[in-house]
Amino acid sequence: MNALNIFHETANNLYACAEKWKKATGKKVVGYFCTYAPEELIYAAGALPYRIFGSKGNITLSDSHLQSYCCSFARACLEEALSGKIGFLDGTVFPHTCDTIQRLSDIWRLNAGFSFHIDVVLPVKLNTESAKAYNTDVFKKFKKDLEAALETEITDEKLRQSIRLYNSIRKALAEIYTMRSELPEIITGKDMHAIIQASMVMDRNHLFENLTTVLETLKGNKGSTKKSRKKRLVLAGGICSQPDIHTIIEDSGGAVVWDDLCTGTRYFSGKIDDTPDPVKAIADRYFERAVCPAKHVSNTYRGENIVRIAKERNAGGVIFLFYKFCDPHGFDYPYMKSYLDKEKIPSLLVEVENQLPADGTIRTRLETFVEMI
Amino acid sequence: MRSESSPGDPEKERRKIKCVKKMKDIMIGYYMEAKSAAATGKKVAWITSGGPVEPLIAMGVIPVYPENHGAMIGAGKMGVDLCEKAEEMGYPRDLCSYARADIACSTVNGGPIGGLPKPDFLICCNNICGTVLKWYEVQARYYNVPLFIFDTPFIHTEFTNEARTYVTRQMEDYIMFLEEVCGIKMDHDKMNDVGKLSIQSMKLWQDVLDTTMHKPAPMSAFDAFFHLALIVTLRGTQIVVDYYIELLDEMKQRIAGEISMVPDEQYRLLWDNLPVWYKTRWLSEKFASHHACLVADTYTSAWSGVVHLLDENNILESMAMAYTSVYINISIDRMFEKIKTMVKKYDIDGMVMHSNRSCKPYSFGQYDLRKMIANEMNLPVLIIEADMVDERSFSKGQIETRIDAFMELLKQ
Ligand code: SF4
Ligand code: SF4
Ligand code: SF4
Repeated sequence: MNALNIFHETANNLYACAEKWKKATGKKVVGYFCTYAPEELIYAAGALPYRIFGSKGNITLSDSHLQSYCCSFARACLEEALSGKIGFLDGTVFPHTCDTIQRLSDIWRLNAGFSFHIDVVLPVKLNTESAKAYNTDVFKKFKKDLEAALETEITDEKLRQSIRLYNSIRKALAEIYTMRSELPEIITGKDMHAIIQASMVMDRNHLFENLTTVLETLKGNKGSTKKSRKKRLVLAGGICSQPDIHTIIEDSGGAVVWDDLCTGTRYFSGKIDDTPDPVKAIADRYFERAVCPAKHVSNTYRGENIVRIAKERNAGGVIFLFYKFCDPHGFDYPYMKSYLDKEKIPSLLVEVENQLPADGTIRTRLETFVEMI
Repeated sequence: MRSESSPGDPEKERRKIKCVKKMKDIMIGYYMEAKSAAATGKKVAWITSGGPVEPLIAMGVIPVYPENHGAMIGAGKMGVDLCEKAEEMGYPRDLCSYARADIACSTVNGGPIGGLPKPDFLICCNNICGTVLKWYEVQARYYNVPLFIFDTPFIHTEFTNEARTYVTRQMEDYIMFLEEVCGIKMDHDKMNDVGKLSIQSMKLWQDVLDTTMHKPAPMSAFDAFFHLALIVTLRGTQIVVDYYIELLDEMKQRIAGEISMVPDEQYRLLWDNLPVWYKTRWLSEKFASHHACLVADTYTSAWSGVVHLLDENNILESMAMAYTSVYINISIDRMFEKIKTMVKKYDIDGMVMHSNRSCKPYSFGQYDLRKMIANEMNLPVLIIEADMVDERSFSKGQIETRIDAFMELLKQ
């Protein structure tokens, strides 16, 4: 499908694409971590929000800053900075999440050498009035910090434009997801992954145009797409930057019909309301969107959510996918699994690193799991 | 050295801290009271070690500290069993061993005191880590009790005004929560009294720690790890104040009588991170055999390091500020400033960092700190890889070799 080329091209050449954009526009690129980054503000400031995914290859430079018991996601991100691979960034934004990211932010600020570094110290609980008020304050402060760092003014008008654009992008992504859930054969997991990954780094206007084209094309293909005989699965976990996992799942006879991932639904869940105070509106979305385990909305939210997703999407099983040494996900896994067990929904845990093991163990485990469903 | 380790050795007896027994009795009494709470009709709250405990005491609630329990499990060498049990329950081995041990302990009532008393509610303050949030969520589900989260925004480069407003408001939320779960109103006079006692005990604790400024030091960080339990578990009560007065007295007497913890102290070291609970004796003897004394540490002063921020006349609000500013809730460059002060204050010759697999927020950043300390202060730093409770992550031979090599370096 031609409409997808641009997404694969971007996902396969993250650095080059951002560099090209920077050269063509003369504007700034701002690196960010996590789905909690206030991208709408970065975009409204005229800069390109660029999600840091971590370098693919071996990790060496990070070894003198982070112990071996640190998740390879954080280590790969630091590697990307220290090796100069993302030297095109003008600055970085760190939303506060897990203990690892908290310290990575310090190490980054002291070693990475970008011209600005902004910590966005979000509340950890997203369910009280005082936290909500604080969250808005944090965003207002971030706006000021960003304006100073980028030497620009973020007007309400620009913010409204940005909000509208982000709402449209999130809506388009959700539509593609819904279509895939209805007709899994309509798009491959690898394609879907490329779309999500590219969405976090591309020029957002350009992105929206391309998402619209993809949607049109997919709608046109609906009639000719065959019914899937694959086992319907849900992916749950953190950030996934392993397109190969999707291919392995499909080769094993599975089809991912929904997910609870940072590189997935958590990125586009929740809509920003059109209210008189745009910064507050952006902040308040955080109280609507699906959370990852580094934030708290209730003691049982994520367990109930995964069961709800699996049932709603008519899924036969759930694959947990998160990094080794990841505390937040490690703590949530047993109870989420037990909630699924209670509903007789089988699940499998796959701990990953920044590179897949070459020995094919993951393939074997996935094959066995899919077969069992 | 051999003669020193034989039992009944008068020289060794002379060096022993006499208050230890009293401290043990207080702890036993405390745990007995907590364990009989159900019978006496008192409420029990589990709270994180860095959490604002004073309002609980003012409300007549018995605070119980799973981390202190974790330390007892570690010291009692019961960690591996319980950690393995947690792993069977599906918790990855890479999680904090306090959390793993505690979660497992709840299901089997194991550990040195047959499990902690069941909580009526939980208070989690994330000024020490994000791990406690996840851990307390697990326990809130297990015991099906309310959880209050006291959220203390991390201080990277500044303690923002936004954060100030937030923590102050949460102090109000906290009191409201307590009034609801306890069904009584907060007595603010009592709260002020508790606050005063808390401030007083923090000051006394710091005074105890500061006795090691004397050369040779009358106690070591290993003793501080032990005597710490009271400031963690009972601060805000008269018992702690009385006990630390007595302990301080004993330290002063030791100084007067030239009784040092390490015979012939020649090297003064600074310890970083939590203790290795199951190996404190071994480590202390190991360092002592090199005439080195760990005279101070970054851990035990966490409970008194912010006392200057507390205001007796505005206890609740100032407490919110102080609890947010604790050592482990600040960036590594801010930690470095504190370390610099400690190095000068205690006249430190070298630093020993425990790279603690369990505690990521305390351990990540140590490599950078080591660089800063070496570059700016020209101070040698030894990093040992271990875990505070899970003995499987302790390689004795390797650590021994590293300590010996480090001490050789210091001696040159
Ligand atoms: S799991 Fe949470 S903290 Fe980690 S990248 Fe995703 S949103 Fe951020
Ligand atoms: S959420 Fe997990 S994977 Fe992401 S940085 Fe934190 S520990 Fe690493
Ligand atoms: S040891 Fe570290 S990770 Fe564990 S509870 Fe304490 S501060 Fe948190």
